[in-house]
Amino acid sequence: MTDSRTPLSPFLQYRPQLTSVLSITHRITGVLLCAGAVLLSLWLVAIAAGAETYAAISGHIAAWYGRFVIFGFVFSLYYHLCNGIRHLFWDMGLGLEITTAYRSGYVVLVATLLLTIVTFWAGSAS
Amino acid sequence: MAQFTLPKNSKVKQGNSFPLNNGATRKKTLQVYRWDPDTGGNPRMDSYEIDLDKCGPMVLDALIHIKNDIDSTLTFRRSCREGICGSCAMNIDGVNTLACTKAMGEIKKNVRIYPLPHKPVVKDLVPDMKQFYAQYAAIKPWMQTGAPAPKQGERLQTKENREKLDGLYECILCACCSTSCPSYWWNSDRYLGPATLLQAYRWIIDSRDGNTDERLAELEDPFSMYRCHTIMNCTNACPKGLNPAKAIAEIKKLLAAKML
Repeated sequence: MTDSRTPLSPFLQYRPQLTSVLSITHRITGVLLCAGAVLLSLWLVAIAAGAETYAAISGHIAAWYGRFVIFGFVFSLYYHLCNGIRHLFWDMGLGLEITTAYRSGYVVLVATLLLTIVTFWAGSAS
Repeated sequence: MAQFTLPKNSKVKQGNSFPLNNGATRKKTLQVYRWDPDTGGNPRMDSYEIDLDKCGPMVLDALIHIKNDIDSTLTFRRSCREGICGSCAMNIDGVNTLACTKAMGEIKKNVRIYPLPHKPVVKDLVPDMKQFYAQYAAIKPWMQTGAPAPKQGERLQTKENREKLDGLYECILCACCSTSCPSYWWNSDRYLGPATLLQAYRWIIDSRDGNTDERLAELEDPFSMYRCHTIMNCTNACPKGLNPAKAIAEIKKLLAAKML
């Protein structure tokens, strides 16, 4: 039946749902956190390497692109944390009904945004 | 591996148009995936304009109307036309569902219809379900028990134990859930998919079945069940309102408890 001419039915038209979008975001933020961990260690290495190296790195961090990277890292961290807690409830068999899964999804989004904003607000105040 | 493009021979081209040229007042356009193994080539989207006053309210009514009155070459599966056989499962308006229970009135724009996603196409809206059925057979969907059959009547269970099968036995194996799952699209060679796993749980939790440990052990490898990442497209899609994601979570719990 399945010869080389047989087409594969399309799947990319599948409509995104809140649950599926949050799921792929969890994976993407996980990858970003790995990359962020490398940058974090580079920052620590720069401290150990002495004042000059640290000053150079600090310049990049203070620049707009550096702030953007930090914003992305902090957002990813909070999102992955909040959604990770959601996953822990699922692992206990809780909150798997569609209505609850949607509600917890919105809670994760709001909590992530709030935590990110509070962190940057506290960071700029200090 | 995740895959974000279609193979070259599967890319969908624009197809034929069948406009309506009479005084119909209530019109609807259906865009339907077409592929004919006899002519080959790439699949195409044909566009049919229909008169809603000459047709029932459901998407399946429209497909039957097209086949009877507009284009007899259109091919699709259907049988019961009331949501119990699961034959007319397809991807309508971006989501997998049964054409017979999906009302056209729920869809504001043109009705776009594809076969169930990420399956080899036999013809038009008919996907090849061989692998899906083989996976279902692999979980041994029948009662296994060492206990001898009672001399009279059937094997009994308590009311509470019978209630554990609610939300599981209603599955009609239409494959809407499995073919909605990105994990299943990309790992269906090793991942069983939501429909088969819901069925596996249906036998694991049955108080009359004696092979619970063997059934659980069969699912313990990294792929058969653990490719479920709780994306929940399955539960969102199920036309019978069942919850495969929850059934899979319950199996995961049982396996975790076994390891402790």
